[in-house]
Amino acid sequence: MRHQRRRLTAVAVAVAVIAALAAACSSAPPGPPVLTWYINPDDGGQAEIAARCTAASGGRYSIVTSTLPRQASEQRQQLVRRLAANDSSIDIMSIDPPYVPEFAQAGFLAPMPPAVEAAAREDRVPSSVEASTWQGRLVAVPFWANTQLLWYRKSAVAQMGLDMNRPVTWDQIIQAASRARTQIAAQGTRGESLTVWVNALIESSGGSIITNVGEENPELVQLGLNAPPGLEAARVLQTYGAAGVAPPGFPTSDEDTNAESFQSGSAAFMVNYPFIWGKAKSAVEEGTLPQSVPDDYGWTIYPQTLPDRPSAPPLGGINLGVGAFSNHPDLAYDATTCITSPENSAYYFVSNGNPSSRISVFSDPEVVAEFPMAPTIRDSLTQAAPRPQTAYYAEVSGGIQRTFHPPDAVVPGPTNEAATALITAVLRKEALL
Amino acid sequence: MSATLDRPTSAVDPTRDGGLNEKTRAERRLGWYLAGPAFVVMLLVTAYPIVQAVYDSLFDYRLTDPENSSFVGLGNYGVILTDSVWWTSFGVTAFITVVTVAVELVLGFGLALVMLNALRGLRPVLRTVILIPYAVITVVSAFAWQFAFSVDSGFVNSWFSWVPGVTADTDWFGTQGLSLFVICLAEIWKTTPFISLLLLAGLAQVPDVLQEAAKVDGATWFQRLRRVTLPNMKAAIMVAVLFRTLDAFRVFDSVFVMTAGANGTETVSFLAYRQTIERVEIGLGSAVSVLLFLSVVLISALFIKGFKVDLSQARGE
Repeated sequence: MRHQRRRLTAVAVAVAVIAALAAACSSAPPGPPVLTWYINPDDGGQAEIAARCTAASGGRYSIVTSTLPRQASEQRQQLVRRLAANDSSIDIMSIDPPYVPEFAQAGFLAPMPPAVEAAAREDRVPSSVEASTWQGRLVAVPFWANTQLLWYRKSAVAQMGLDMNRPVTWDQIIQAASRARTQIAAQGTRGESLTVWVNALIESSGGSIITNVGEENPELVQLGLNAPPGLEAARVLQTYGAAGVAPPGFPTSDEDTNAESFQSGSAAFMVNYPFIWGKAKSAVEEGTLPQSVPDDYGWTIYPQTLPDRPSAPPLGGINLGVGAFSNHPDLAYDATTCITSPENSAYYFVSNGNPSSRISVFSDPEVVAEFPMAPTIRDSLTQAAPRPQTAYYAEVSGGIQRTFHPPDAVVPGPTNEAATALITAVLRKEALL
Repeated sequence: MSATLDRPTSAVDPTRDGGLNEKTRAERRLGWYLAGPAFVVMLLVTAYPIVQAVYDSLFDYRLTDPENSSFVGLGNYGVILTDSVWWTSFGVTAFITVVTVAVELVLGFGLALVMLNALRGLRPVLRTVILIPYAVITVVSAFAWQFAFSVDSGFVNSWFSWVPGVTADTDWFGTQGLSLFVICLAEIWKTTPFISLLLLAGLAQVPDVLQEAAKVDGATWFQRLRRVTLPNMKAAIMVAVLFRTLDAFRVFDSVFVMTAGANGTETVSFLAYRQTIERVEIGLGSAVSVLLFLSVVLISALFIKGFKVDLSQARGE
């Protein structure tokens, strides 16, 4: 009897718990539809924009943010796995530009209404629109656009006899740094930043990693790594490695470690994103860095690979995609228009240091006061070239990272052939990565 | 891990007994009640994914392109086993396994001896202190070691600058040898406590009478260690080595955090991660996972059959 009573109690408790859980899951919260925006980690800017757009919607929707991992590749992994399972909780997502084709090709992005598309093309830097396009159609909304500049320490460069008012070439700065026994900080770690560098070198000499962009069949993708621009890119890396201008720990150095070596003064040159300006300024505010250090920072357009050809600087940033399985795609697209408004873009630039994809924002007085290099960033974005656009970007980038790492051991010719052979085999699913 | 423990059939095995009495039956029932939920959970979280992985490994299946998935039989295995990347990763994994387990065995034995012979009052404190590294999450420990050895923020280069070859600019994650050295070091630091605990259990089983008899016969400390202690705890040593080998062969976290597989430090589990999670090639990645699983099964079989390891010995039965 006692046993039975106990068992009955246990069953009753279990039923009650399950019922409570089910009720918690099924009941929709009262109020306007909630849009979930999956964001990359930042300094709180996207959360603030979400709050502003919620207020601006007049009760039509409210936006909550959900933070993705720090690395772009890990952000993509999480989104892809969720979307492959038809996750309807993904309304808006912040996507790193090179992954846009993969999302579009897999049918993970909701079709864009014509009115939103027209607004999304307006007032944008061309590279950012290009990176949001797949097979001739705009599939994501350009939000902010990032680019690398060539940063230099004015005091060190003043004695090198280089005219920094005109674009310089990699060969010029390598020679100057080698003579002055200083360093050029560049991202040598085996990661996405290496692909960014290799791609910029190739695009700057007029080539492309993928020559038939838009090809759906991975076996028909054509690579331009073996062409003269690819060889030229490898030659620059080889010269850089041989000149002994790489920072210590170069094979593992990323954007953050390089910002440190540039700030400490051990490197007189650096290719990096504008976040380093905000970093130095907050260090000054905290009292850990004298004001004279950021005062010594100079900037110019990304170095050229060829003396007679303008460089094609790297393009980064974030584009907004609307999830194909969202319950409110129209509201989500409305929200993207609010998120990328000129006011919010300018706010995001000033507060979080992330440059806008909108051309007009670069002449906003508040932006120029905070970021005196804004005109250079705008010029750089105008010249910038996206990374190879393909639904198989992870394979292409992974193949480049494996064959071009460590970058100071690159040999023009053999490295290019190895990269071509590896990526081709990987795309045919005949090799591991 | 405990799921691999097999109870040897003993003389009192009730199943061999034709007529079961009421008490034995009740005990068996209780046994199932106690172990049943764990058994079901193991089936769900272990057996089901393994079967699913074996099934997936026979397909050319990409997560972002499920419509074009096709049956390729053992094709994925052919691709993997003819690729030098697999064999390099396999070699690196085997190297890490052999080095870490060997060093841990010696260190762990030393620590076990210290714990056994420590003063009664000190013992609990000592055990806790020795166990701390094992309680640290592997990813956290990997980050701690990476920060310590990193060329810009680490302290190792300045503390050990007196060691020949170590300078302020020594890049520990720049070459294969140095990277593997740090990875092995982190693994050893982290898991030596585990092996020393298993060895301590073995040491405690060595009967004191044997030790005393040997002492009376005039055996030196080393002779007693070799002739009395070690033979009596052979089973415990083999179990410790087996568990650690299986564990070490699946090394992932340290490599992921420290080098992300650069400089030829990619291990087999990292390879599986790269195909499945990064390339979203579920078929190819599952095949790598299945091969990793087979390697682990092979190692266990080798230990259990080859070295006649009796797993129940670890529990002092």
